[in-house]
Amino acid sequence: MSIWYLSEFQSVVMLGYAALAWLLPETGRRHHKQGRTNAPVFGIESDMAGGGPFDTFPKLLLRNSAQFGARPALRHKDLGIWQTWTWAQVAEIVRAYAAGLHRLGLRRGETIAVVGSNRPKLYWTIMAAQALRAIPVPVYSDAVADELAFVLAHAEAKLVAAQDQEQVDKVLSVSDRLPQLDWIVYDEPRGLDGYNDSRLIAIGDVIQDGRDALAAEAELREQIDEFVRKGEGSDIAIILYTSGTTGASKGVVLSTQGCIDAATDTVRFDSLTGNDVVFAYLPLAWVGDHYLNYVQGLVAGFCMACPESGETIEQDRREIGPTFYFAPPRGFEAMLTRVVIRMEDAAPIKRRMFSYFLGVARRYGESILTGNPVPLSGRLLYGLGRLLVYEPLKNVLGLSRVRIAYTAGEAIGQDLFAFYRSIGLNLKQLYGQTEAFLYVTCQPDGEIYSDTVGPAAPNVDIRITEAGEVQFRSPGMFVGYFKDQAKTAETMTPDDYVKTGDAGFFDEKTGHLKIIDRAKDVGRLADGTMFAPKFLENKLKFFPNIKEAVTFGDSKEFVCAMLNIDTAAVANWAERNNIAYGSYQELASHPLVYDMVAKDVAEVNRSLAKEKVMAGTQIRRFLILHKELDADDGELTRTLKVRRRFIAERYAPLVTALYNGSHEADISTEVTFEDGRKGAIAARVKIRDMQAIGAADPLGKAA
Amino acid sequence: MRAPDTNEVLLQVEGVALAFGGVRALRDVSFNIRKGEIRAIIGPNGAGKTSMLNVINGFYHPDHGAITFKGRTRARMQPFEAARGGIARTFQNVALFKGMSALDNIMAGRTLKVRRGLLWQMLRYGPALAEEVEHRHRVEEIIDFLEIEAIRKVPVARLPYGLQKRVELGRALAMEPDLLLLDEPMAGMNLEEKEDMSRFIIDVNNHYGTTIALIEHDMAVVMDLSHRVAVLDHGVKIADGTPDEVKRNQAVIDAYLGVAH
Repeated sequence: MSIWYLSEFQSVVMLGYAALAWLLPETGRRHHKQGRTNAPVFGIESDMAGGGPFDTFPKLLLRNSAQFGARPALRHKDLGIWQTWTWAQVAEIVRAYAAGLHRLGLRRGETIAVVGSNRPKLYWTIMAAQALRAIPVPVYSDAVADELAFVLAHAEAKLVAAQDQEQVDKVLSVSDRLPQLDWIVYDEPRGLDGYNDSRLIAIGDVIQDGRDALAAEAELREQIDEFVRKGEGSDIAIILYTSGTTGASKGVVLSTQGCIDAATDTVRFDSLTGNDVVFAYLPLAWVGDHYLNYVQGLVAGFCMACPESGETIEQDRREIGPTFYFAPPRGFEAMLTRVVIRMEDAAPIKRRMFSYFLGVARRYGESILTGNPVPLSGRLLYGLGRLLVYEPLKNVLGLSRVRIAYTAGEAIGQDLFAFYRSIGLNLKQLYGQTEAFLYVTCQPDGEIYSDTVGPAAPNVDIRITEAGEVQFRSPGMFVGYFKDQAKTAETMTPDDYVKTGDAGFFDEKTGHLKIIDRAKDVGRLADGTMFAPKFLENKLKFFPNIKEAVTFGDSKEFVCAMLNIDTAAVANWAERNNIAYGSYQELASHPLVYDMVAKDVAEVNRSLAKEKVMAGTQIRRFLILHKELDADDGELTRTLKVRRRFIAERYAPLVTALYNGSHEADISTEVTFEDGRKGAIAARVKIRDMQAIGAADPLGKAA
Repeated sequence: MRAPDTNEVLLQVEGVALAFGGVRALRDVSFNIRKGEIRAIIGPNGAGKTSMLNVINGFYHPDHGAITFKGRTRARMQPFEAARGGIARTFQNVALFKGMSALDNIMAGRTLKVRRGLLWQMLRYGPALAEEVEHRHRVEEIIDFLEIEAIRKVPVARLPYGLQKRVELGRALAMEPDLLLLDEPMAGMNLEEKEDMSRFIIDVNNHYGTTIALIEHDMAVVMDLSHRVAVLDHGVKIADGTPDEVKRNQAVIDAYLGVAH
């Protein structure tokens, strides 16, 4: 299958579109510079001043229901069909649900945990809890039972809203540790028929019960409305548990007013309106999903679409065509990898056309998107490229209608970033934290650089300490860590700035913030050369064959790397080259795979050699791990960032072998299966030496 | 595991014998299948399991004996009569339409439920369209049930084996059968796929209340899944009972492990 399966009709439409595109270079794009935009955001501007009536989420929901009640608020694909709920419907459901939860005993200030993926009923749970002035606590759906138990116990959850049997089973398996748990409400009843735990009740039944009770009891109606009326900006909106890059997860407490103020700023910054569409596919418990989709959706009044299931995300994204899109760098990377793999299987003529027009895009694309002068011939060629390659490609990826795309979470490879911008996707970077309720900095349209994260977001105050740490104050910044005064005090400065723990500086040329690394991860080699592990890892990960990389070098004599290969890309390559393998482990240890990856590593070394500061941190030895790094084993965080220190301990024999010159090392590691069982994987891992480039400095006596 | 509530017999096999030339595949086999149960038929290679299944759904005609299904006794039955009567099956080596999508394959399972004629179907208008929408809805429920949303539009030939098996189960379910025959549903699967399939079989039984007869090689799977187990060896029924009874039966142990003569 190639990516070229546009219909004739679409091609004709596209032809016209491309012609227009170069005649009218502004077609299909909108430029909004900060401060210049005066697009009204549904009257928030005036209403927000002085606190305003819309200082809580239930009030925003009522406003949306009154102002554009017939417009879609939420979509979800169910039984193959996109189901839509309008703002008016959502408001009715949430009111009934709140009444039902109230009857189950959920009271002001109590917590209700939400475990599962992006489902309307789970978002309604958050809304209904907020309507009762109770506190929703979303939990990562792939958390293993122990992690779940920790959060539920720490947050003292009285109720749990679980998506399906899998999540219910997890909660039940640890319920003896949760004496305060009264009810487990669930979305999907399948498989739960035979359960006779009296604490189980379907969300649908809770809503119906609430609806019936509302119809029957005037007193309850009054009570629920009263809760909404009495809601204040200082109420706790939500507690988001951090994924725990740095140890056990902490509950970040966010205030309602803070959340709404922050989102009001960014909605205005990106001119989001009720006509925008977002695709809610990232973990419900992650600050990004909650902020970008839930909060911005309520503030701007746009529609949020939930995918049918985790496996259908690509198709669903294509069907929905979001206009505002977020993906972490690895999301964009995975997309590009898939395109590259499929192009390798395409006919030669298509391959040639693809690479030719990508060359054109590289030359002119970014300039056209940013609005810089481009020669007419360049515009013509680029217009043709849009017709033949870029637009069909974006269509297949489901990015055709995207007006604003963001990436964040970690540094994005320069080439990767340039690729998407060059094909006309308005991809920008932001830098944020759960403690800031996301935005600290973000790039305005027209000021995009791959190596910066942009200037301070609206109303955010940033300073860099002498030690190089980034600190900020922002409208959305957190109230504190739940039940953890000590940690809160540790993170806040006396004058109320939040310490990010990231090292960064303001770029003199652009005025944008640049993040180097986690402050405590930046180290030095034995000879004093600065060693920024993430910088190297990101360079490595840009290659389609390399999925994950962990580099070592702090206080060592040279840099070494542990790699994970990308199964999809390497398996495809193996198939085309008739290489037989039985498992990931076998593929990872194949000598030809090592050869191929060694070429990528050499390429990284070549690019490092060009940068004076980094030349000393070329990778001298590497190995390919026998298993994929996994969050279930604690090697990655739930947001899939590598936990370098933990990996160094867990694979200590391999680290030792990397530095003692041996070419093989035995390792046995415990792994956790998806159902929570544990097992062990043993392997003999090979180590490959690399030649440093430029400096004629052979690997010292260490090897 | 919940046992079925009734003792009502859905299918009765009485003294069935079947021979292919000199090979006596089945010799005087009798057993019954109760409504709502999961009934396993196990045995070593060549024990006559698939022959038994083929006899039940009318693909083979027994030389002796009779089969009573839903109270009607007949010695001979054609496969299409079995299908009309509410017997659906899957095959040991997956018999799907390879070039068609998973969705179309499952839709094919609705064929017998289609009321409008060929002409109406070709027009695909008015009542025929409404009917198709209704069928599609049932099929989508099955797709949701089997968690194969992501492969709805993928030609089955491109699917891995485990998923093909699931699509085949979906097609059989689309018939809304009274009796579902599964011919080695776990054959050639890895452990994870086996666990998934076991879960689906139990869910089908729980959720739709479908009576299931399954043939299986993998003893562990069968013992966990089924309410009652019949054991065949060389065409003879050597044991019949609950999984625990069968596990303790010396004849079964001998047949599976072999005996020193």
